[in-house]
Amino acid sequence: MTRKRSILFALMLAAVAFVATAQTVTITYWQYYYESKVKLMDELIKNFEKANPGIKVEQVTFPYESYNQKVAASIPAGEGPDIINLFYGWLPTYVKAGYLEELPASEFSKDYFNKNFYPFVAESVQFGSKYYSVPTAVRSLALFWNKQLFKDAGLDPNTPPKTLEELQAYAKKLSKYDAKGNLIQAGLAMQPTGQGHSWIREVLFRQFGNVPYSADGRKVTYADANGAAALKWYTDLITKDKVGYPNFATDDVTAFKSGKAAMNIDGSFRIATLNAVKDLEWGVAELPTYKGIKSNYASFWTHGIVAGTTGKKLDASIKFLKYITSPEVQQMWLEKVGELPATPALSEKYKNDPVISPFLKGLAYAHATAYVDEAGQRQILVDAVDEVYLKNVDPAVALKNAAKKEQTLIDDFWNN
Amino acid sequence: MKLSTKRSVTAYLFLALPLVFFLCVRLGPMLYMLAMSFTNWGLLRRTVKFIGFKNYEVLFTDPVFLQSLSNTARYAVFGAPIVILLSLGIALLLDSIPKGKGIYRLIYVLPYITPVVAVSWVWRWMYQPPPLGIIDGVLGALGLPAGEFLNSPTQALPSILAVNVWVEMGYCTIIFLAGLQTIPKEISEAAKIDGASDRQVLRRVTLPLLMPITFFLMVMEGIQFLRIFTQVYNMSMQATGGPLNSTKSAALYIYQKAFTNFEMARAASASAVLFVIIMVVTILQIRFFDKRVNY
Repeated sequence: MTRKRSILFALMLAAVAFVATAQTVTITYWQYYYESKVKLMDELIKNFEKANPGIKVEQVTFPYESYNQKVAASIPAGEGPDIINLFYGWLPTYVKAGYLEELPASEFSKDYFNKNFYPFVAESVQFGSKYYSVPTAVRSLALFWNKQLFKDAGLDPNTPPKTLEELQAYAKKLSKYDAKGNLIQAGLAMQPTGQGHSWIREVLFRQFGNVPYSADGRKVTYADANGAAALKWYTDLITKDKVGYPNFATDDVTAFKSGKAAMNIDGSFRIATLNAVKDLEWGVAELPTYKGIKSNYASFWTHGIVAGTTGKKLDASIKFLKYITSPEVQQMWLEKVGELPATPALSEKYKNDPVISPFLKGLAYAHATAYVDEAGQRQILVDAVDEVYLKNVDPAVALKNAAKKEQTLIDDFWNN
Repeated sequence: MKLSTKRSVTAYLFLALPLVFFLCVRLGPMLYMLAMSFTNWGLLRRTVKFIGFKNYEVLFTDPVFLQSLSNTARYAVFGAPIVILLSLGIALLLDSIPKGKGIYRLIYVLPYITPVVAVSWVWRWMYQPPPLGIIDGVLGALGLPAGEFLNSPTQALPSILAVNVWVEMGYCTIIFLAGLQTIPKEISEAAKIDGASDRQVLRRVTLPLLMPITFFLMVMEGIQFLRIFTQVYNMSMQATGGPLNSTKSAALYIYQKAFTNFEMARAASASAVLFVIIMVVTILQIRFFDKRVNY
């Protein structure tokens, strides 16, 4: 080849490459780093790119611990991605500030949500009459119990407690103390900073006859006699029955994993963690009922389109969003990541799965708290429990203080 | 140009670099922070507007901030003097032993050169309630009741304080030792020949001559304890300065406002308050000690 020819050839190649890139739209997706999620997302992106030539998706991940900060710093600066994975409790902040794009009604209509997602999902991603994000998977709570410790205490390892009364009685039987009366094995892990505050907030309050918030989530209504009775029941387990206390053996998860706690209320996201623990024989059951009332707390991570995404990028983002939240992907998500599908129809398939089904059943009657500041609101209820058990404050008084603080927080959010 | 002018120009040139660094990396951001403390700047808010002293008003009516200030005061008021006294005592003892000075010195300085996060977590584990914590294990074996340490609103702050004292002691002991070794032996020997007892030598000779060092350490440790953060962040449950805000320091409050709530302006105003407090305390110390240091 002569020199001239080779230059010409190179130019041609460059031209072809240029045309190809001009036609390709690249969109970026952000989520926090969790190995199985990241791997599955890589696979999903491959499938999506094959089905949609001309669209390239780039996945960027950040450590879980700093994800919230990274997102909060990047999106306002205009350096965020096109599609982003957010905790549902952060949505109000981002929607209020206008950092999320409204989902097009043509693709994500009211009917679409009603038909394909649990009711709490639609409630949590809707602001005004608009929808702002859509999840792939959801989570709920259940009762985990250690079968070996049940056997040791002379309880049937295959019969978990079904009511709060049974839960309390079992917890007492499963607690062990040393000669000085120090707790050395917790019958039930009591960790408000973990899932405990959600269990109180959305489950116990309701079971004791209270409704914790107004329908729009803007009025705190848990500080009545029923709410106080619920908090008293919870804190009595710590102060009177002494079946566990906050931070016993570091925290509830560590305590349960190491066989130091016989029972724990925890989320579906813990299944993988517990599966990885050798020699731990555990079971999962629906949350105990009280006076026949069932309740559960649901939460989820959800995908939204960042404001400022326009034109071809917006079209591509919508397509990608639709794909990663499709029932087909939801099922893959359950099998590879272990998180529950956000579509009720899929739960039929797993109704006999001993580990998955208690969570799926819980989803049917679950509530997702309409958080405006998840960390702040959690801390308020955690402090209420601490006040009762560390400072002997009357549960009714502690709850009244908590409600007042939380109301101020919610009002500040919506008024400023 | 004369050689002396040339020399001073060179010196100024070299000094200019740190000055530029100081202006850009310290003073600039500080002034920016001060300006921002009068706005409503939040990471997730689209517009920034001037709101006067509103942040400061909110701050001084926030019981959590006030508690964090009083906690900070407790860290400093108890922490700094305890460290100084203990390390002075240890340094005097170390100075008087003929053999094994090196190994002792190493043992005392070890906690200081260990990363604070590691130290905090090791102690957090030792403070655990039964059946895991080693301290409660020992107490139990001795027939004593278990301490609650980090789980108790009254014991948590002293527990964290104790660890920081232990860490800072290493640093102060070394400085004191160095100070002791600069005191000429002749002076104390002369005093002894004149009939002074060991005690008198310590009170009238050694301690006054150590005053500049003590003063330096008092200021440094005061600042160190006033801005305590890492230990509280790593040792308090869930890194929130709990239980019930009983261990939260002003620095941790600032961190939470900025990086959990993203309320940058609120954090800036709290930083300004902490800055003023540290400055005032330091100036007071300088005034107080200056008279005693010059002999």
